[in-house]
Amino acid sequence: MSTGKGMTSVGRKVLMALSGFFLLIFLLQHSAINFLSVISPDMFNEVSHFMGTNPVVQFALQPVLAFGVFFHLIMGIVLEMQNRNARPIKYVDNRPGANASWMSRNMIITGIMVMLFLAIHFYDFWLPELNVKFIKGDMTGLNTEGQYRYYEELRHKFVDPIRVVLYVLSFVFLSLHLLHGFQSAFQSVGFNHNKYTPTIKKLGNIYAILIPFVFIFIAVYHFITKTA
Amino acid sequence: MNLTLKIWRQKDSNDTGKMVSYNVTDISDHMSFLEMLDVLNEQLVNSGDAPVAFDHDCREGICGMCSLQINGEAHGPDRGVTTCQLHMRMFKDGDTITIEPFRAKAFPVIKDLVVDRSAFDRIQQAGGYISVNTSGNTQDANSIPIPKADADEAMDAATCIGCGACVATCKNASAMLFVGAKVSQYALLPQGRVEAKERVMNMVNQMDKEGFGNCTNTGACEVECPKGISLTTIARMNREYLSASVTKD
Ligand code: HEM
Ligand code: SF4
Ligand code: FES
Repeated sequence: MSTGKGMTSVGRKVLMALSGFFLLIFLLQHSAINFLSVISPDMFNEVSHFMGTNPVVQFALQPVLAFGVFFHLIMGIVLEMQNRNARPIKYVDNRPGANASWMSRNMIITGIMVMLFLAIHFYDFWLPELNVKFIKGDMTGLNTEGQYRYYEELRHKFVDPIRVVLYVLSFVFLSLHLLHGFQSAFQSVGFNHNKYTPTIKKLGNIYAILIPFVFIFIAVYHFITKTA
Repeated sequence: MNLTLKIWRQKDSNDTGKMVSYNVTDISDHMSFLEMLDVLNEQLVNSGDAPVAFDHDCREGICGMCSLQINGEAHGPDRGVTTCQLHMRMFKDGDTITIEPFRAKAFPVIKDLVVDRSAFDRIQQAGGYISVNTSGNTQDANSIPIPKADADEAMDAATCIGCGACVATCKNASAMLFVGAKVSQYALLPQGRVEAKERVMNMVNQMDKEGFGNCTNTGACEVECPKGISLTTIARMNREYLSASVTKD
């Protein structure tokens, strides 16, 4: 990716796209598992327990994921700073909307909103999990009544309307991020083909709307069906 | 028509510069944008003021010298034209028009609306050529068969006139459309394949060294490019670069 003297702009964009692809695949998996909570609490519990205790997931995939998110974030900020530096004197009359979409111009804003969500998400789900499993050393995944605790914990989170609203908003930002990001990643790795690119753009729009919608649906579903 | 012009005035590269307002009257809608500026300059000279410096040469859309950010858009509001081909009929009587130089760290202002685009020349020198023996023993070009589609695409890429509108319009001041075009025009032809790897690596390195930004694939460059250079040229540059960096020793 480099010529010995550090990384080039093209190299940085390729890595940005690769980390983006990785996150896209991760999100597909995550949304599918979460959706189980709507279809079948038992299945959701089983899969959650597997993901939460399987050593491959915990000690191989999870660190890779954490690194992927971190890398994408840092690289996004580096690119943004370099890009700002490339035009030190701004235009007096600037009409960016004349030739490019809002989504494409504001990846750093939508990305940082997603990051803020991830911070809440870690606080809500990840830290408590680490606490139970690795600090208290309870790997059983059971509650005091001897049943799996995952489903009821999830239900409990979506009782709070403020959390549900934040959750929904975050996924709107993710959707905006991916409406540009999905197809952009293909371009960054050099894939642009008359025959396939229109399909990739359509797929990207479907992904960018459907996947965030699934997450929103799950949150709203549990909120509406809550038992006071 | 009568117009108010808000123009960036800057004495030299050290001056901080500022926007200055001027009025021009009786502008014909058949005039080109540069002819309108000629009218202004005549007016300025007659009243003993310094004329507004701006770049131009061919005035027929082929040299790439004219530039100008007009009302926030490179080469103005029309599509597929350079500033010299922009007609005043794109504007209305009473309009206020903002005219600024192309802005990028790699394109420093020399005076008023004139910027130094020699960064593009240095990128070209880094690899935008093929090494051929021109001693008189050159092979007839037609003896190498080239698929029509490839020849057309290479020709389309080669229509880039190096005006810098892509840089000016890009929110990141990225030069990837220009470099993509220059890489593509050679990458598509057998004569260009010989030095393809060194070319793309050297041109990308030079582009970075000049201080242009990274591409975010917003597509603004493609919209504003007077020659309709396609984003596919950037994708080609990216994959040429990727394969070169993986396979080159
Ligand atoms: C941690 C929060 C995030 C931040 C700060 C962030 C930031 C960014 C930025 C700034 C870009 C544009 C880079 C450029 O072209 O100049 C980008 C691109 C992208 N992001 Fe994110 N992002 C975040 C989260 C995500 C997530 C969760 C996903 C996927 C599920 C994702 C997928 C993508 C994709 C596919 C691209 C396109 C890559 C390309 O243009 O080559 N991002 N991100
Ligand atoms: S790619 Fe288009 S906008 Fe950029 S320098 Fe070439 S002709 Fe000008
Ligand atoms: S003056 Fe030559 S392209 Fe405009």
